[in-house]
This record gives sequence, C-alpha cells and structure tokens, in this order.
Amino acid sequence: MKINWFKYSSPQNFYPLAGRMVPWFAWLAALLTIAGLYVSFFLAPPADFQQKEAYRIIFVHVPAAWMSMVIYIVMAAWAGIGLALNARLSAMMAQALAPTGAMFTLLALVTGSLWGKPTWGTWWVWDARLTSELILLFLYLGFIALQAAIDDPRRADRAGALLALVGAVNVPIIYFSVKWWNTLHQGSSISMGAAPKMVVTMLTGMLLMALAFWMYAIAVALMRARCIILERERNSEWVKELVGAEICGSQTKTGVNA
Amino acid sequence: MNAAWLTVLQRDLLQAFRRRSDVATTVFFFLIVSSLFPLGMNPESETLSLIAPGVLWVAALLAGMLSLTRLFATDFADGSLEQMLLAPQPLTLMVLAKILAHWLVCGLPVVLLAPIIGLQYALPYEALQILMLSLLLGTPALSLIGAIGAALTLGVRGSGLLVALLVLPLYIPVLIFGAGAVAASQHGMSAQAHLSLLAACSLLALVLAPLATAAALRISVE
Amino acid sequence: MQWQNWSAFFYMGGYGLYVWGSFGLTAICMVWEVVALRNRNQQALRLLRLLTQK
Repeated sequence: MKINWFKYSSPQNFYPLAGRMVPWFAWLAALLTIAGLYVSFFLAPPADFQQKEAYRIIFVHVPAAWMSMVIYIVMAAWAGIGLALNARLSAMMAQALAPTGAMFTLLALVTGSLWGKPTWGTWWVWDARLTSELILLFLYLGFIALQAAIDDPRRADRAGALLALVGAVNVPIIYFSVKWWNTLHQGSSISMGAAPKMVVTMLTGMLLMALAFWMYAIAVALMRARCIILERERNSEWVKELVGAEICGSQTKTGVNA
Repeated sequence: MNAAWLTVLQRDLLQAFRRRSDVATTVFFFLIVSSLFPLGMNPESETLSLIAPGVLWVAALLAGMLSLTRLFATDFADGSLEQMLLAPQPLTLMVLAKILAHWLVCGLPVVLLAPIIGLQYALPYEALQILMLSLLLGTPALSLIGAIGAALTLGVRGSGLLVALLVLPLYIPVLIFGAGAVAASQHGMSAQAHLSLLAACSLLALVLAPLATAAALRISVE
Repeated sequence: MQWQNWSAFFYMGGYGLYVWGSFGLTAICMVWEVVALRNRNQQALRLLRLLTQK
C-alpha cells in the first residue's frame, strides 16, 4: 500500500486524519495506563527496603521526566522541519506539543519533590537532574510566551521554531554545565537513591507508564493541532464547508467527514 | 565587506556616545544591584566574599540584559535595519558589528567596574583578577546570546520582559562557569578549567549566535 | 497479593499522601488538559458556525 504522505502535510487533509487518529491513541494510552498502574501497584516488589512505599512515585516521575525531554526534542524537530521546508503544519505540531511538554516537566518537578520529601527529607534539592528539569521548564515557557506574544501567526511560527532550535543546541551545554556545577558544590552529600537495583518488574512498570504517557502525548498533541488548525484557517473555504456540512444535518462525527 | 562592518560599528558607537545616559543606566544598574545585597543581609566580610562571585555575575547578567531591547529597536524604528537586510553585504557580519558595539558599550564598563565592587565584597586580590578575567571572557557570550533574543522579540509588545524569559535560561552555563572560576580561585584552586570552558562558550556563541540573530531578524522584519 | 486490605493499599506504608498525591496530580492534570482541549475545539466550532450562518 502506497500512501502519499505529502497529502497529509496540508492542514485540510490532516484535520480529518488527526480526528480519526485521536481515539486510537487515546485508547492505547488508557490500556497502557491500566497495565502500567497494575504493574506498579500490584506486581512491583513491596516496599523497597530503603525508600519504603514512596518509591512507587518513580513510576510516574521517571516517565514524566522522560517525556518532558522527548517532547522537547520532537518539538524542536518539528520546528526545524517547519522552518526548513516552510511547512505550516509542522509549525502547528510544534506549537501543539509545547503545552503538553511543559505540563510533563511540571509534573516531573512536582512528583520529584513529592518523592524527595520522604526519601531525602527535603522538598527540593539543587540536584543536577532536578535543576536541569527546572531549566527545561523555563525553556518551554519561553517558547510558549514568545509564540503567544507575536500576533502574526506566520512570524510566531518561525520565531518560535528558531527559539526551539537555539534551545535544542543549548540543552546539552546547559545539562553539562549544571552537572559540573553540581559535582563541584554538592560533593557526595546526597546520592540519587544510588539507583536501587532495578528489578525487572520495576523497569516493566516504568516502560509501560512511559509508553502510556507517550500515547497520551500524541493524542493530546493531535487534539490541540486540530484546534489550532480550526482557529487559524477560520477564513479558508474548506473549514467553511466543513462547518456548513455539519449544520446541514450530517452531524454524525465532527470533522471525520470531509 | 570590511567597510560595511566598520561603518555599522562606528555608527553604533557614535549613537551610544550621543545617548550617554543609556550607557550610564547599565553601569548604575550594576552598581546599585550589587550594592543592595549587603544591605539585605549581615555584611560580614566572610559571608560577603562567599556570595560575591554569584551576586556579581548575576548583576552583570541582568545589567547586560537591560539594554538588549535597544539593540535593534532604534534601527528598526528608523528603517535602517531594513536597509541592512537588503544590503549586499552579509547580514551576519553587520549583526556581529552591532553585537560588538553593544558589548563595548554595556559589557566592557561592567568588566572594568567589577573589581571595585569586588573590593566592597572583600574579595582577595587573586579572586579580583579572576573575576575580571572571567567577565572579560564571559560577557561577550552574553551579548551574543542576548542578540538572538533581542532579534526574536523585535517590535513585540512587552518585549523587555519577554527577552528576560527567553535569554536568561540560555545564560546559565556562562553564569556557572564564570562564578565558578571566581569561587575556585577563592578556595585556592586553579580557575583554569572554568575559564577554558567559559572561553569555549564564548567562541561557540561567536560562531552560532550571529547566524541565528540574522535569521531571527529576517523573520521579525519580513 | 501484597496488600492485605484496601486500607493498607491506601495507607502505602505511611506514604499515602506522597504516593497518591503524585498519581492524583498527574491524573488531574491529564484529565484537565483533555477537557480543556475538548472545550477549545467546541469553542472554535461554535465560532465558525456563527460565522458561516451569517
């Protein structure tokens, strides 16, 4: 089967396709979440001897932290494609991913702090990973704020894309510098849980949750991309037809027609 | 090509000279911010010299950032930026000249002033030298990276705050290596590694930032 | 089965607040995001309907 991928690079064709894809990813996310929660609460070993039951927070913290980084990379990649090929849809995807990425970053920070309180005894530690995560949140917020501040959508797309690329170049440098700073100042006062022996079930649980978050992120990004398309293409013919057809009675599934 | 570069540099320096109050603002801001910290705490010389590297470096970051919005705004307002975009000479070079002018006007005074503030913070003589050296190596990176933010937010409402949000996270490596160099010399260690990394940051910014700034200007103006 | 009863499950060895706080917050954020996007989509469609009906 040969699919013409470029057909879907136009918002007009992508809108219904995304509409059809959302439920699939949503269901996958739901199923994987159930499986992941089952593993993390019932199959994972009871109470790690060092961290007690609080270690179960890892099942949501680590996948959220992974997703926060993956989404930034994917966002920068979409932004780069959008800038290089002058493709509107790529820029919209980058814009659609940013709030979800910021949310996962925030969740990683909050759950990390909820894990740190019982484990380390403090809500916040200037640990290299936590600090990098905080800086990643700032990068997301900068991207969102820049796009929100520019009125012309074309300029917002391209300016945001450039910022995302600059950020992506800087992320490794920032991470290295923070790590360097951390080793100099903290010494070995706190070892990051010393990586408690990764039991296979624990790894399975984390992977399942990470996959669930991944599917969730795709579903939500597609939903947001659909909103952005509708808002941006307000005056185009196909959107008018789409809505017009709906009013005329074929109310069945919003956007799945066309 | 060289001529265009020099012309832009001369022009920007002349403009800065004509509007001396702008330059003074940066310097006074640096002075005031770094003088506020001892007032907010117990000014014992031990504590002061402990926080001095971080405080002085953060004050330098903020002072350099104040003037960033003006980097391209006046040229944008009077139309000369558009002429630069249309000129046959490479935009990257002219951007570099503008960044150099910004550094000479806003970065260099801070570098020269820092040792005096350092004395107030009871920094020992070697640490003062390292402080100056680290600022000399690091502030160019601040101007270079800041120019990207200034170009992206050109003509956007609330651009002053937006620049801070965009640029400050990118300044973090410079802050870490710069303040780290001073702290290392205070503890009797060699600041060599920090200074090398700081120079590496500046060199990398020198290569990439003018390109990114030129691209950002094209996005913002067209 | 590692939990004797439901209360032990919710008690989480004394760390219930932290564990359920983390999972609960994550769930709230995700559900909220989906609901917000639904509303945004409906809002956009409503606006478009108004525009086309004129």
